[in-house]
Amino acid sequence: MALISCKSVSLAYEGNTIVKDLDFTVNSGDYLCIVGENGSGKSTLMKALLGLKPPSSGKISFGEGLHKKNIGYLPQQTAVQRDFPASVKEIVLSGCLAKGKFSPFYSKNDKQTAKDNMKKLGIDSIADKCYRELSGGQQQRTLLARALCAAEKLIILDEPATGLDPVAAAEMYDIVRMLNKNDNMTVIMVSHDIEHALSEASHILHIGNTPLFFGTKQEYLNSDAYKQLSGKGEAQ
Amino acid sequence: MSIFETIAYYFSFDFVRYAFIAGVLVSLCAALLGVSLVLKRYSMIGDGLSHVAFGAIAIAAVLDIAPIYFTLPVTIFVAIILLRMGQNSKIKGDAAIAMLSVGALALGYLLMNVFSTNANISGDVCTTLFGSTSILTLSKQDVYTCIILAAVVILAYILFYNRLFSVTFDENFASATGTHSAVYNLALAVITAVVIVIAMNLVGALLISALIIFPALSAMRVFRSFRSVTVCSAVIAVVCSLSGILISIICDTPVGATIVAADIAVFAVFAIAGKFKKA
Repeated sequence: MALISCKSVSLAYEGNTIVKDLDFTVNSGDYLCIVGENGSGKSTLMKALLGLKPPSSGKISFGEGLHKKNIGYLPQQTAVQRDFPASVKEIVLSGCLAKGKFSPFYSKNDKQTAKDNMKKLGIDSIADKCYRELSGGQQQRTLLARALCAAEKLIILDEPATGLDPVAAAEMYDIVRMLNKNDNMTVIMVSHDIEHALSEASHILHIGNTPLFFGTKQEYLNSDAYKQLSGKGEAQ
Repeated sequence: MSIFETIAYYFSFDFVRYAFIAGVLVSLCAALLGVSLVLKRYSMIGDGLSHVAFGAIAIAAVLDIAPIYFTLPVTIFVAIILLRMGQNSKIKGDAAIAMLSVGALALGYLLMNVFSTNANISGDVCTTLFGSTSILTLSKQDVYTCIILAAVVILAYILFYNRLFSVTFDENFASATGTHSAVYNLALAVITAVVIVIAMNLVGALLISALIIFPALSAMRVFRSFRSVTVCSAVIAVVCSLSGILISIICDTPVGATIVAADIAVFAVFAIAGKFKKA
């Protein structure tokens, strides 16, 4: 049983169907990049995977004991967050709320999890700093550490390198690769940076203009979808 | 009489003690809610709701219903509608709030004029808008209502503090990890409506949103974590309402406006302190 399987899923945004008959599976340890132009339904698909928005038809099912709550999610930054008075520690800890049982306060376990994840991403030294005073890369790492507190097997990243300078962006990709390789964390990343997607991912899902494509990276390089995009199709 | 004797003399009256208890508790609740409202960019909702409450009071007066039984449901209802509008990207939330609040003001004033039961209309209107001495005429029952309400709000705030933080900071993440953001937003709107209706007695419809936004804004000038901002705005709210009521009794100034003036003074001090802290 795959970690996630999507069967003939259709997605609608404000009443318009934007993605039709999508079939794909994600297995444990995969690194899937979802690529496509702006407005092609990448974000809508991600919301569907997270259970924030049901697909208009079809079925998304989880296997291997994966629960919606235990997906680590790295959203794009919102305007609200840019001047939010919160310490790194507070934000990372809030990822532990996903762990289920209602309790008004954080347990010792939660605090340890948060600490471990901050250490892993190299932000333990700025734990008491204010979020709004951090660099873009540090902010992203804070949000990723929060996602890891919630995640057991899977993280979903929404354009994690957007707005970062090249160095910070490269660091971000390094971290995600490390999580995928060393911690066997399954990764689903939404991106419009095809180049990086191709160098990092094991699988590619191309949505938006038909033909939709899903397969391994190697298959994608030989596919019509890629040729169309890179312009190589027309050259032949 | 020295100033302390004057204060001691005033405190020997029940109604003064009641005013202090109610004033402090209501400001405390408003300030706690304010932190989330300001950060979620909902400041205007507080303002809009208070105007709606004014309109509702006018209608209640015309229909001759006890204001609280009419104003409270109407304000809660509008709070929920405003929240839904905020989520709907097709209607611009700020325009909707502006429309609603001036609309409610105009209709309220119109109704008060047309169906006036009192010769002194402008006095009535002024009282509803800017608060009156009614805080000094609270009954024991009013005070109990205040205490129960405040206890519920504060207890809920402590129990749900971590989740409220998560929802305030990042609604999408909170929803994705199993926190029901919509429920928290709804609860926030409803509690805000309740606090506004109760606090209207204290500072009046036009000034209530000052109690909500000022403590949070002041705290944010200086403090850098959510917890310290929350604690600080609670402290500011208590200090400002205490000193505001005290000054208004001693100097014979309007209660609501004096409390808000104290809030403004604190904001100025914190804004300057914040500048120095950064430098």
